[in-house]
Amino acid sequence: MTTTYYDVPLLKPPVWTWEVPLYFFAGGAAGGAAIIGSIAEWTGANGHLARDARWIAAGGAPISAALLTADLGRPERFVNMLRVFKPQSPMSIGSWTLAAFSASTTGALVPALSKAAGTSSALTGAAMLTYTGVLIGATAIPVWHENIRLLPPHFAASGIASAAAILTLMGHDEPALNDVAMGAAAAETVIGAFVETRSTPAMAPLREGPSGWMIRAGGVLSGPVPLLMRATSKKPTWRKAASVAALAGSLLTRLGWIAAGRVSAKMKG
Amino acid sequence: MATTAFLTDSTLCIGCKACEVACKEYNDVPADGYAFTGQSYDNTLQLGHSTWRHVAFVEMDTAFGVGGNSGEQLSWSFVSDVCKHCEHAGCLEACPTGSIVRTEFGSVYVQPDVCNGCGYCVVGCPFGVIDRRPTDGRAFKCTFCYDRQRDGEQPACAKACPTQSILFGEIEDLRAHAERRLETLRARGVDDAAFWDAGDTSVGGTHAMFIVRGDPEAYNLPQQVDVPTVYLEDGWKSAAAAALVAIAGTAAAFLARRRGHGGSTRSALQRISV
Repeated sequence: MTTTYYDVPLLKPPVWTWEVPLYFFAGGAAGGAAIIGSIAEWTGANGHLARDARWIAAGGAPISAALLTADLGRPERFVNMLRVFKPQSPMSIGSWTLAAFSASTTGALVPALSKAAGTSSALTGAAMLTYTGVLIGATAIPVWHENIRLLPPHFAASGIASAAAILTLMGHDEPALNDVAMGAAAAETVIGAFVETRSTPAMAPLREGPSGWMIRAGGVLSGPVPLLMRATSKKPTWRKAASVAALAGSLLTRLGWIAAGRVSAKMKG
Repeated sequence: MATTAFLTDSTLCIGCKACEVACKEYNDVPADGYAFTGQSYDNTLQLGHSTWRHVAFVEMDTAFGVGGNSGEQLSWSFVSDVCKHCEHAGCLEACPTGSIVRTEFGSVYVQPDVCNGCGYCVVGCPFGVIDRRPTDGRAFKCTFCYDRQRDGEQPACAKACPTQSILFGEIEDLRAHAERRLETLRARGVDDAAFWDAGDTSVGGTHAMFIVRGDPEAYNLPQQVDVPTVYLEDGWKSAAAAALVAIAGTAAAFLARRRGHGGSTRSALQRISV
């Protein structure tokens, strides 16, 4: 910190409201579901699981688009997002990714297209999982850009965990699905520990104040809680409880990161 | 077309705020409140969606200088801040609609008929200049009076400035002028005069340059600043790796369990390759 002009923060805080973190949550879950759905079909797992996962992906896409549109200052101009393609703008890449993901996940519901569109939905789903990390990472906000390498895997694990959690709550109890959920929870545990132990000034909003508590609560609910619950019991009720924790954790994580960005903008001087 | 720029010389600024008023009037920028800040004579405090010129009032310890003050009083320094019109502009790079463009004069311009108010430029600007106007929904900042420049006129703020603290002209001419001005100031004993244009950062220089006294940080002109596109490479590499692990990890879980239930890994791999 150096002297600033009457302690006026140099940066402007993000103008995004609750729609954007909710979009990160919905888009992540939809992207994760697309991957699980396609892989379940490829590997010939329970067809019911593949079908449900594809419906989550196809349903999550329009919800995502609606949330993003609602956050625009001029929602009626949402189509301007597809006016140009700008590789240097993660927001542009994200808009095209969401468009391609929506088309693919809808196509994957049509039996005749299910192979090609399913593959495309898994690939665009993987982009949906991760690009949001680059989106907030490639900004002037210190707490975001300092963590640009952490954010994509963090958000990917969060999205996969949400998708697995929704499927578990729908009654799916396949061992492979449980493995995927445990893998994501393990990744979130490691990432949570990293956030807790790395102390640079820019990391403060991730550990202090309301944003810090959101990140911490989100990390515990996404990581160790579902991991231990799934590891210690095979009871469906336990797995469902673990899934509720993972979903709440994912949502809190997304809300926490946006809140931390708002705090971080005010700190930079 | 000539590449144009502002050179704002704080040693000539008298804090009259004519630039703020001229900008508001000419560009029809709405009022943004009547807050009394208590910070010197500055009730504007910062640039924003409805403040495209902002005169900062920096109070310093008494020092010999231009218009030298008496010993009992603070030394007062004013500078009219404005959008920097960066060579590598964070807002322009971030804009997903192509609303923000580079003009033929080298300035950075938001096309109001294209902007859809996504807000990504707000976090893309390393100087906290551009912002979304809540009453309108779109993002706004200094236009560098693009319409006036097209008509061969200088921007309204430069035109209104009564002391030539705000100079407008061809960028190389202004750079040369700034060098001469700094020499003059130093010859007069103003040792703390400094030139600022973020030229040695990833921003690559600005089309709004400044001469200030003392530490530029005190005027919210940072010495170390980055255009956020410098983070992209790390970000996309990490995203690609994470995407790969997400797909491979999920596939591994399903393949392993499939084998456990009697299916062969080989046939599953054949399915994937289809």
